[in-house]
Amino acid sequence: MRKEFVRIMRIWSQTLLPPVITSSLYFIVFGGFIGSQLAPIDGYSYMQFIVPGLIMMSVITSAYTNTVSTFYFAKFVRNIEEILVSPTPDWVVVAGFVSGGVMRGLMVGALVLVVSLFFTHLAIFNIAVLLAVILLTAILFSLAGLINGVFAKGFDGISIVPTFVLTPLTYLGGIFYSIEQFPQFWQNVSLANPILYMVNAFRYGFLGITDISLWICFAVLLGMSLFFILVVLYLFREGIGVKH
Amino acid sequence: MPAVSVKNLRKVYQGGAEALRGVTLEVEEGDFFALLGPNGAGKTTLIGIVTSLINKTSGEVSVFDMDIDKNRSLAKTCIGLVPQEFNFNIFEKVEDIITTQAGYYGIPLVQAKKDAEPILKDLGLWEKKGETSQNLSGGMKRRLMIARALIHHPKLLILDEPTAGVDVEMRHSMWNFLRRINAEGTTIILTTHYLEEAEQLSRNVAIINKGTILVNEPTKQLLARYGEKNLEQIYLDLIKAENI
Repeated sequence: MRKEFVRIMRIWSQTLLPPVITSSLYFIVFGGFIGSQLAPIDGYSYMQFIVPGLIMMSVITSAYTNTVSTFYFAKFVRNIEEILVSPTPDWVVVAGFVSGGVMRGLMVGALVLVVSLFFTHLAIFNIAVLLAVILLTAILFSLAGLINGVFAKGFDGISIVPTFVLTPLTYLGGIFYSIEQFPQFWQNVSLANPILYMVNAFRYGFLGITDISLWICFAVLLGMSLFFILVVLYLFREGIGVKH
Repeated sequence: MPAVSVKNLRKVYQGGAEALRGVTLEVEEGDFFALLGPNGAGKTTLIGIVTSLINKTSGEVSVFDMDIDKNRSLAKTCIGLVPQEFNFNIFEKVEDIITTQAGYYGIPLVQAKKDAEPILKDLGLWEKKGETSQNLSGGMKRRLMIARALIHHPKLLILDEPTAGVDVEMRHSMWNFLRRINAEGTTIILTTHYLEEAEQLSRNVAIINKGTILVNEPTKQLLARYGEKNLEQIYLDLIKAENI
């Protein structure tokens, strides 16, 4: 944790600043220019509607990127070997990498939240839901990043998933719209996107509105987190991706 | 009690390359043991398996009578590894590299800082403790690798070509250091391409080629057996005979 905190702060212009700038641009362009032309959604302005999703997007991207890059870099320079030869249990190693991703995700999320307050006012509808969803999402995507890092064989390998999987899923995850605006067929297709559940549950924490039952959102989050934990522990136990 | 006991150890890599062909070897506690062989002979694979960096195909390995399959964590606490290549984060400071390593062995930060002082002083790195490792010379980086491996006071120190690229004066100073910690009780396994180094330092020597142990006996006995020849000449004769 200490090592990761130092690293995140040392290269803050790469770890903390870019998502803040990107989110600011979304607030200005989508929330300000385009959103002012749109009708309110469930009684909230378009800017208010997209803020939770944009915070969630930055958390997801930052948590994922942090673990995938940290773990792959440790493999690349081979200092992962220092951990592997030590008696540190696998679950502690996993917890270390994941906590680094969670820390960066939450730091970025907090910064984006602060920036959003320059553009709109936000009330918190249910803080327990808000904190639980953001924490679980950060853990889930840190684990996903770790799995990507385990399998990555080159620097291309750490950018393929974020570019071709994570980004489309995030954009199609209900950040900028409510799926109720879609025809039934596309609503059903959207339900296959796990990010939809996280964005909706997080939006519920802020605004009290969601397209999907909160219980289903938490079931998806917890189920996926548990599955990824088991996958990561299996990979570490077998030494897949790190041992020959 | 043997510090390392290896029985019928085999390693076949994916793709079919057989790096170790039933190696059996014992290194006694307190020994200064040299493991010699040409590139690709299986030295690093053997060390990798003992230190849990590489999964073995078959055979048994124990460290201080602890089977690495059954008592992996305990066995690992006894080992310090100095790998062939520099593998620390070049942006980290010398002291941080050491204390982070200590953390992997469960040593609290305050204690790690205390423990690091005499080791860094012994290896002439104390004045550099605040420098990032990228600012160290090649010889200093080598010594930092040794310091890092010693922070948890291992009973067994494995050095994989520790003096590669180090100037003569520095090499002699490292030899003296290694002799001293060996005299204080640390078992040392050394691989090196400098055969003079092995001749100067080791009490027992093994020569491995193509995954098979060719010779395993006390260094003095081996030298006496070959009369006027030094270790380098003996080594070349054995490898040449094996390759015919």
